[in-house]
Amino acid sequence: MTVSTELELQSFVLLRLGERRFAISANQIAELVAPSRIFRFPHRTPKLEGVILRRGRIVPVCDISEMLLGKRLTSRRFYLIAVRSYGTQKEWIAVPVTGECELIKSEMMAAAESDAPHVAGWLSHGGDVIEVLNLDTLTPGAEHALAEAAPPRRAEALP
Amino acid sequence: MRLASPVKPSSAKTEQIILFRVSGQLFAVSSASVQEVRSADSMSGAATQISAPGLRKVRHVVRRGDRSLFIVNGAMHFGLHAAEGALLFVLRKTRTALLIDGIEKMTAMTRLQALPLSFCHEERQWYRGLTALEQTVVPVVRPEGFLSPEELALLDAALSQSDKTASEDLEETNSAQ
Repeated sequence: MTVSTELELQSFVLLRLGERRFAISANQIAELVAPSRIFRFPHRTPKLEGVILRRGRIVPVCDISEMLLGKRLTSRRFYLIAVRSYGTQKEWIAVPVTGECELIKSEMMAAAESDAPHVAGWLSHGGDVIEVLNLDTLTPGAEHALAEAAPPRRAEALP
Repeated sequence: MRLASPVKPSSAKTEQIILFRVSGQLFAVSSASVQEVRSADSMSGAATQISAPGLRKVRHVVRRGDRSLFIVNGAMHFGLHAAEGALLFVLRKTRTALLIDGIEKMTAMTRLQALPLSFCHEERQWYRGLTALEQTVVPVVRPEGFLSPEELALLDAALSQSDKTASEDLEETNSAQ
């Protein structure tokens, strides 16, 4: 391997959701933790289940499996705590995953225009082609609220 | 040799809060925001019915001199299962009397954490933030978040319409007599 190709390798965390594997850039990951109690309270943001307490911080839990797999996870083994950007601010968000995660180094191929918005790129690992996720498009934030605000709606609050 | 100055015990700022329940769900409100706590029964005599289109959470209003207090059903506001409220919090600097199930206890919070930015809908108006108390997380309500300016305008319009109807009815009765 030459020095020039080595420089292009980036670190990714491979995560498992159901039967599928996805990747997230390692610099977006804070830690992997065992599931803990979820505190739920009324709100109207879809996809958010509640919050967990982690080292004194209150971290929202967001299940992204429904968007990626079309169904919710039946079992969850860990929460992958990722760093999500909101403009200039960054906050932790906990993503439930079904299996152990793996840190790998790989070269990422940029996403094509035809790819879904949640695809930041692609990488090849162990014979699989794996989507690198863009968490900013998968998890709720003010930009989603603005997009959803167009038709007024009155949904029941999520428990 | 210079010795490190002793660390003074820091007196963390605390805020007195009231923990209360609506449909079994725990919430907190700053004690300073609560002007009165009344039983729902004690207010029922003074309350009159009101109906504003699309605003089911307010069914009654209480007149206090020139001021009208709108009774907001907490369960309906938060989209929880409807429950018979037993107590009313008259919220300071608002026109809201909040119907709740009951008071859990009074306590103090030392830290109010901003609502995470992932929460991006109406809850940002509902809550000042979240606080961790005895290994649980409680949302701290924003007193002015129960009725938006648009909702207050709707209620005022409904109120003036009902006043107008009442005065017309009175005139009709008088002329009939």
